[in-house]
Amino acid sequence: MADRKIRQVKLSLTGNEAGAFALKQANPDVAAVFPITPQTELMHAFSAYVADGAVNTEMVYVESEHSAMSATVGAAAAGARAFTATSANGLALMWEIVYIAASLRLPIVMPVINRALSGPINIHCDHSDTMGARDAGWIQIFCENSQEVYDSLLCAFRIGENKKVLLPVMVTLDGFIISHTTEVVETIERDEDARAFIGPYEPWISLLDVDNPVTMGPLDLQDYYFEHKRQQVEAMTNAPAVIDEVFAAYGELTGRRYERVEKYRTDDAEVVLMSLGSTAGTAKEAVDVLRDEGLAVGHLKVRTFRPFPFDLVREALSGAKVVGVLDRSISFGAQYGPLCTEVMAAVHGKDVEIRNFIYGLGGRDIFVEQIAETGRSLYDLMRGKKDLPPQSYIGLRE
Amino acid sequence: MEKKPGWKDIPIGGLIPRAGNSHEYKTGGWRTWRPVHYPENCINCLVCFYSCPDSSILFEDGKIVGIDYDHCKGCGICARECLINKREMKKPEGERKLAIEMVLEEN
Amino acid sequence: MKKMTEIIWHGRGGQGAKTAATMLAAMAIHEGKYSQGSPEYGPERQGAPMKGYTRISSDPVRIHSSIREGDVAVVLDATLLKTVDVLGQLKPDGVLIVNTTKSPDELRAELGAPPSVKVYTVDATGISIAELKRNLPNTPLLGALVKVTGILSLDTVVEDARVKFGKKFSSDVVEGNIRAIERAYREVK
Repeated sequence: MADRKIRQVKLSLTGNEAGAFALKQANPDVAAVFPITPQTELMHAFSAYVADGAVNTEMVYVESEHSAMSATVGAAAAGARAFTATSANGLALMWEIVYIAASLRLPIVMPVINRALSGPINIHCDHSDTMGARDAGWIQIFCENSQEVYDSLLCAFRIGENKKVLLPVMVTLDGFIISHTTEVVETIERDEDARAFIGPYEPWISLLDVDNPVTMGPLDLQDYYFEHKRQQVEAMTNAPAVIDEVFAAYGELTGRRYERVEKYRTDDAEVVLMSLGSTAGTAKEAVDVLRDEGLAVGHLKVRTFRPFPFDLVREALSGAKVVGVLDRSISFGAQYGPLCTEVMAAVHGKDVEIRNFIYGLGGRDIFVEQIAETGRSLYDLMRGKKDLPPQSYIGLRE
Repeated sequence: MEKKPGWKDIPIGGLIPRAGNSHEYKTGGWRTWRPVHYPENCINCLVCFYSCPDSSILFEDGKIVGIDYDHCKGCGICARECLINKREMKKPEGERKLAIEMVLEEN
Repeated sequence: MKKMTEIIWHGRGGQGAKTAATMLAAMAIHEGKYSQGSPEYGPERQGAPMKGYTRISSDPVRIHSSIREGDVAVVLDATLLKTVDVLGQLKPDGVLIVNTTKSPDELRAELGAPPSVKVYTVDATGISIAELKRNLPNTPLLGALVKVTGILSLDTVVEDARVKFGKKFSSDVVEGNIRAIERAYREVK
């Protein structure tokens, strides 16, 4: 700690409070807000910072999520550092503007508090909301706990605003499981230090720059639209190096070093479990249980779902014989859930057995023992003692 | 055929980085009917100037001085709205002294 | 070996089980421990049975599921014992703390609790009404919990409660809460 220039302080914060605290330290120019469970408390907490004068942020209170994203896009197009936050049906309602934000190359930051999409209506966690937005052109960072929420949001501005990237960034946290759970969060003590890490905002474009008038979002037909999509691909291709660079700088500053994937006891693992978000923590406990039983099991957490870390996943799974991928959402009609589909693509051509497990929809709890049992059945599969279908369910009543 | 630039050579996000660049887009080729202005019949009331959807009525020092054939699409609104034409159209064909007349483009 | 204590708070909507669960976590974090406090969210209805969870550990808490079998069960409202299987969610050698005027022996007999379960009782409602003129059993139960388990020091609880309540309430209410915590600490049997 002594060699670091900044001081840090441990706070007890829920995921939503940790998110609001990071955004307070970032002090963005504009925020657009509309409440939806379980996101609401994040913006409540941020509104309190606005009311207390702790930030200079201009709050725009809108009448829907479609308007929230529209206002955020408008603010970003005007050259402001802008953010909003949402969940589930709110994300669904802002859909068309979510794509526009990415296409206009506006580096908006948006915490998404993962919640199941209706119907029937459910306010609890699964990843169906953000998985639906996975092709919208946003960077997506999944958080395991409140600490990662805080850290990822501070990094998100720097990643999205990098001139080689210029893409909006979604930081996702599991509804209630993280958003409403009080945990230890180590934070940068002085707001100025956090702001210095993010750096001043230098927008690549501003509609308020009257000396250099431009047109944004014009009709883009058959002759140019395709080229603009190719540019978005390029930005996603550039993103991993920028993410690594920002994570490294953040690690240097705070001592908390992140990678696009997190390996846990995978080095000699024959069976590797994979998951996103809060389940990764529970899965690591399960790995310890299985290791105590003498089984060579590891866990691989994916932090950046977009851009998907194909290279790192392929490398991390290079020694694995069987991989069990846990998906907290369903891609109806597809052979696998969203995470598993990506993993299949990453290891294509390798001699490895992959099995997909759907779990936790609508906030259905997932326990250490359930994941451990999944690990054991994958081990039995490897030993030829058991067969498992390509996709099955954990915690579902037959 | 015009060769369009590739994805590396155009601004990102569909941005149009300069104002007023629609001037460079010549729409005059869309025309089948061509407005012809007769200054000797024109009273410079500017109705055509205000009515033109493509800002193609050229105007200098209080006078209509011609038509921007690079951008005029030949819609004929100028000739239809022209106050002189409204009066002259009441006269028998052959006696009319129109200020703007639509004539077929030569092919 | 990692040492983690898992606590389940049984209450009814509006009785402060959520506040107790998250306050205790914050207090543990203040003491330099790792902790996690969360409510079990359902439809939030006044009077409906609900639970809060607190985990306290010397190591980072990675697990993110609810607690199925706790080391400690704290019951904010003894009428819940008729409808909720509290003992079924407690380890065989767990600690049960109940807000009741009954003695531990009476309660043990009533519940048929096995000898391995340690049963404690405290009249948190009586203390709360005496000190706060309201039935808010959650804060006195924090005092009883730290006495019985020794998981945190009473000083931490008193100091944090003073800071937390001091932000919202008058000094009368703050000091009433402190007295309630201290009394439950002394009076839990």
